[in-house]
Amino acid sequence: MLQINNLHASINGKEILKGINLTVRDGEVHAIMGLNGAGKSTLSNVIVGHPAYEVTKGEIIFNGKDLLAMKPEERAHEGIFLSFQQPVEIPGVSMVNFIRAAFNAKRQYQGLEPMSAGDFLKLMREKRKIVEMDSRLTSRSVNEGFSGGEKKRNEIFQMAMLEPTFSILDETDSGLDVDALRIVAEGFNKLRTPQTSAIVITHYQRLLDYLKPDIIHVLIDGRIVKTAGPELALEIENRGFDWIKEEAGL
Amino acid sequence: MTDSAKQYTDFYAQAGKLIGERSCEVMNAQRQAALQTFEALQFPTRKVERYKYTDVAADFAPNYGIALTPLQVKNLPFCHRISEAPIDITPYYNQLADKQDAVVALNTLLGVDALVIYVPRNTKVQHPIQISNVLKGEQDTMVNRRILIIMEDCAEADVIITDRAVDQTHFLTNQVVEVFAGDGSHLNLYEVEETHLLCTRYSSVFIRQGRDSQVRHTSFTLFNGHTRNRLDVALQGEGSEVVLNGCVIADKMQRVDNNTLIDHQVSHCQSNELYKYVLDDNAVGAFAGRILVREGAQKTISNETNANLCATSSARMYTQPMLEIYADDVKCSHGSTVGQISDAALFYMRQRGIPEQEARLLLKSAFITEVIEAIPLEALKDRLHLLVDKRLRGELSKCEGCKLCK
Repeated sequence: MLQINNLHASINGKEILKGINLTVRDGEVHAIMGLNGAGKSTLSNVIVGHPAYEVTKGEIIFNGKDLLAMKPEERAHEGIFLSFQQPVEIPGVSMVNFIRAAFNAKRQYQGLEPMSAGDFLKLMREKRKIVEMDSRLTSRSVNEGFSGGEKKRNEIFQMAMLEPTFSILDETDSGLDVDALRIVAEGFNKLRTPQTSAIVITHYQRLLDYLKPDIIHVLIDGRIVKTAGPELALEIENRGFDWIKEEAGL
Repeated sequence: MTDSAKQYTDFYAQAGKLIGERSCEVMNAQRQAALQTFEALQFPTRKVERYKYTDVAADFAPNYGIALTPLQVKNLPFCHRISEAPIDITPYYNQLADKQDAVVALNTLLGVDALVIYVPRNTKVQHPIQISNVLKGEQDTMVNRRILIIMEDCAEADVIITDRAVDQTHFLTNQVVEVFAGDGSHLNLYEVEETHLLCTRYSSVFIRQGRDSQVRHTSFTLFNGHTRNRLDVALQGEGSEVVLNGCVIADKMQRVDNNTLIDHQVSHCQSNELYKYVLDDNAVGAFAGRILVREGAQKTISNETNANLCATSSARMYTQPMLEIYADDVKCSHGSTVGQISDAALFYMRQRGIPEQEARLLLKSAFITEVIEAIPLEALKDRLHLLVDKRLRGELSKCEGCKLCK
């Protein structure tokens, strides 16, 4: 599904990613772990096309297409979704208008007619249940006045609405209490199919207990220095990153 | 005298007699004084504080044909030509308007007719009164429009004044509105400008409020050429409240200058002011709002906000909120902001698949939605949402849904 080859990227002239190689196949969930500042969020931002980051070398192939040649909105239409570490508040733009604009833009990209308002609201009602989201929240402006947990829940709700094939969860567990974490993780699991894949960025084992990733990567100083099965996450939880650094000769 | 001003006094020298004949006694009685004021002051330069963001002489310089047509008022409840008003208009006409303003004086000098909206005591007008100004003409035309709104004690009304232009010629509108809001009266006054790039609008609105009266003035500049709106409110009765809301959307080379004064003359009054601008391309906006709290106007509550969005680096906004307080027991605040479209919000929307153009549009629309949402009249609120959306999409060429423009 997603293939990243020798990816280098920088922000404000400072190189953050220094040669990432990563392949995610259909149906797989990969976790990326690493210390703060290792480049985890940069990697997710580069995949979704954040304009502040400059790719200096390498390529990202998504379902056979050159992802880096596409605008952020085109990448979204192709099925890429980022659950933001810090979802943005947009006062004055209602949740309904926001999701409908996104939803119908994707339909247009796929050559489909916009969905009728009635059908759309019905769909919203159904999808809301996946993350147990209150209708009170979907009638407000995007993320305005939402608590940290509600914002993250809203990210998964949007994922449910837009049905991406490849999702990135960027520290979706940060700022969540145990109950909210369970709801968000279970919501994500309900959306998984053999055709969807994900990258999960996290510092903690707890989220991974729910999501059960197939592969764990450790990102240090802009490079993936270790890749292993799910047992690696547990080991990191117990031993930290120092031993991996030593192993990698850093 | 400058050429810009001289052409008007020359015109009056020639056409004064005709104007007098077509007009009525109440209006004619004010002309001589207006002529003297205009000759003495001429058009204000930018050195005059209240005109510092607009070049008046330049706006009035072109050679316009001056319309001297009487109004046609047919079967409009509560609306009358000044000569047919059911009450004596002498205590009202030109009594609130600033006599030291040359632009106002020019209106008094050249106006042939005036519209009087008269709502008697204790009368609640059920349906909004809509005044449609439609500018038509094959030649460049100047219009001097005069409106008096007389709300007797405890009268209630909604008044909507719309400005539109049908023909693609230059129009100059010089409007003066005098509003007398009696004790306990409620007035919602809306002004919506939806003209075109060749239109220049000067508007001077003067409002006087009696005890426990409530006035809400909402101004929308959706499409224009050059616009200068002056709005003065005198709170003269205790317990009176005023809301001044405004919204401006401007792009290309459009200019919009709103200049307001809220004069708290007595105690226990409230004022709330919110003006929002969205400027694109090379548009220039100006907002100067002065709140004056006079000595003795204790327990005044006043809020003034001007928030602006410049979507390009070449759009310009001049903002000047002013608070002048001579009383010691008041609660007042004022502030202004000028910002750009949020990159974070823009990217968030694009990541969800909303194309950049559409995302920008939604963000601009969101910025001014607050002003529309504050409108108590549901039907007008819906219509303004539609008009604003079409305006931002660039689909508002002429007057949307207007029978005359089909």
